Amino acid sequence: MTVTTHEANVLGEDPFDTANLLDPYPFLGRLRDAGAVSYLESTGSYAVAGYQEVYEVLTDFETYISSGGLGPRDIRKDSGWRPPSILESDPPIHTVMRRALTGVINPGTVRALREPFTPPAVELTEQLARRERFDAITDLAEKYPLRVFPDAVGIPDVGREHLLPYGNMVFNAFGPENYIFKQAFAQGDEHAAAVMRNCQRENLDDTGFGAQIWERVKDGLITEQQATLLVRALLSAGVDTTIFGIGNMLSVLARYPEAWAKLRKNPKMSKFAVDEALRLESPFQKFHRTVAVDTVLGGVHLPAGAKVLVFLGAANRDPRKWGDNADEFDLDRNASGHVAFGMGLHQCVGQPIARLEMEIVLQQLLQRVAAIEPDGAPVPILHNVLRGFESLPVRITAA
Amino acid sequence: MTASAGATIDAVVDQVDIVADQVVSLVLRRVDGQPFQPWQAGAHIDVHVGDGLVRQYSLCSSPEELDRLRIGVLHVPDSRGGSKAVHALLAGTPLTISGPRNNFPLRESRRYLFIAGGIGITPLIPMLEAAEAAGKEWTLIYGGRSRKTMAFARQLEDRYGADRVHIMAEDEVGRLDLDQILGMPRAHMLVYACGPGGLLGAVEERCMGWPPGALHTERFVASTLGAAAANAPFEVELARTGTTVTVPNDKTILEAVEEVGVRVLSSCRGGLCGTCETQIISGEPEHRDAVLTEEDREAGEIMLVCVSRAAAGCPRLVLDL
Ligand code: HEM
Ligand code: FES
Repeated sequence: MTVTTHEANVLGEDPFDTANLLDPYPFLGRLRDAGAVSYLESTGSYAVAGYQEVYEVLTDFETYISSGGLGPRDIRKDSGWRPPSILESDPPIHTVMRRALTGVINPGTVRALREPFTPPAVELTEQLARRERFDAITDLAEKYPLRVFPDAVGIPDVGREHLLPYGNMVFNAFGPENYIFKQAFAQGDEHAAAVMRNCQRENLDDTGFGAQIWERVKDGLITEQQATLLVRALLSAGVDTTIFGIGNMLSVLARYPEAWAKLRKNPKMSKFAVDEALRLESPFQKFHRTVAVDTVLGGVHLPAGAKVLVFLGAANRDPRKWGDNADEFDLDRNASGHVAFGMGLHQCVGQPIARLEMEIVLQQLLQRVAAIEPDGAPVPILHNVLRGFESLPVRITAA
Repeated sequence: MTASAGATIDAVVDQVDIVADQVVSLVLRRVDGQPFQPWQAGAHIDVHVGDGLVRQYSLCSSPEELDRLRIGVLHVPDSRGGSKAVHALLAGTPLTISGPRNNFPLRESRRYLFIAGGIGITPLIPMLEAAEAAGKEWTLIYGGRSRKTMAFARQLEDRYGADRVHIMAEDEVGRLDLDQILGMPRAHMLVYACGPGGLLGAVEERCMGWPPGALHTERFVASTLGAAAANAPFEVELARTGTTVTVPNDKTILEAVEEVGVRVLSSCRGGLCGTCETQIISGEPEHRDAVLTEEDREAGEIMLVCVSRAAAGCPRLVLDL
């Protein structure tokens, strides 16, 4: 069988230039329109932005592997800045690590978190509801996950200040080594060492996810090093993402007052609002895969060793999948199938925790806030792969 | 066991073959000489074995041949009636059966891994044929105590070749090495496993590192060794919405509920992420996900509606939807 292939459309525009990072969607529209697979001159990688191709790359984990790293460099050739995590592994190494994590983070263990996760949200939203205006990022989205998540993992209080800078390093390293990357790595060693210390068994409390992961070492499922890496994975993947998830959700809802009113009448719809917000403003916008063997995608030949930049955030707004109003928030839309948490083998382990945090914050706000609207322009954050805001001033009417 | 709903068919045993130690295969024809209704790989029939007992048996003939149906039956000494009664049948015996119904359909994929434990081979036989006809890449791992207890092992090996049909008799190579077989998840490969609960539990545990939705199982209940009835259609009452939907055997609860316009949050749709967790108000679920804890399974208060169904003998679930 011969497959006719054509050359990838070559794109001169840089997805990592400042303007495209701060306001990604116009560029993502152009990228989707350019064809199924494009070649990015700026990074020397291929790019997919349509739902169908993104889905294919995410689910065909044998052809598009993770052990080359999620950044633009192939860490198999050129070892990365840290020992590879679950995110940067393929079967069979991935398989045992994933089994160990799924045994610890699952619907049952996450359900038990609703109780400890609620009071801090009540407290934060009570305080905010007394004010006429606040910053939904610095006053809420950044505060809440840090109040609940590190406790759920069971790390000590000392060293928590390193979590955000460390997450910033981890995720920015999925992009090129530009000035944003360099800034994130400014005190890199210190942050990395502090976080690694908190992954050791003796520094974890006895009940959190961290200790439970270490239990799997006793079973012989994983090694001590793998346990350390898995706790590190939770700490690096579980904080920034949820902060941005909460912030992005509020940025959307502040723009859709009718949706807010509808949710106030029917708070049970909160989880659908969370889902639709994740689709529309996906916190984790893009990462790379590495082509393991020569292949053809969307009619384009991809050579082994090539890097493919996968635009989750663009797939989640592909009109071919979501219709003409793909760029709009629609509370009645069935957003299932969005790839904000990835898809397939590496699909986010922390998904239920992230959804829980987002839902609790939303429900508590809905109880106390009758209306919420933007109070000046939000300030998007300059980040290589995450989408979020540094500041999101809002004005509210208390309920 | 459950009584089967729906029309019965008067059939006659046309042929009885001993296909392995304690295993007979019965070829059934319709008394009226008509062809059976079309069916697809994975289907089973109900067999009325007398004394009001009904057993399910998977079909292991070819869906191409509608003039006959073949089932394989293991004789279990302690089974109450079922297989013993069927074992006593001779050619020419009349038998009341149901038409073929499919609770274990073969879903579209690029490749397949089939895992059979003992008599669990039966529903997989038409699946191999279907996968082969569609030009798919597939492998069969067939485990059993010894070759002489393993029905159809020789025929399958002869027909498809030992590179794809792996007969793993315990007395030759030991028990199935599931770490070896499932240790390496494959992309776009579905796993179809059928056999006793112990085997399937072990398969499920290994598949936790596979993509969501990769694993499809059919549990052969040890006491009957027919197919469990849990894939049968059942009703779901949506307590909050105030409607009732029927979930046919080829649809999930999630799909059936979505079809009537009721929203359920979902993500992986394969029983792995927990997003579709739904409260059960009454009724007994059969959990088919890979993530709920044992406590949750036993408590029976929640279920993952993208994969789990009503338990055998539970015709109606009431859910908080
Ligand atoms: C809204 C918040 C979140 C978003 C948008 C998100 C997004 C993602 C995405 C897209 C992936 C797949 C990466 C890939 O395919 O290579 C992923 C994987 C992962 N996430 Fe999340 N995540 C979130 C929250 C969390 C939380 C709270 C945790 C920790 C409990 C977490 C832990 C992980 C881990 C460990 C993986 C790797 C799984 C694997 O490789 O098998 N995430 N996440
Ligand atoms: S949708 Fe993931 S478990 Fe049901």
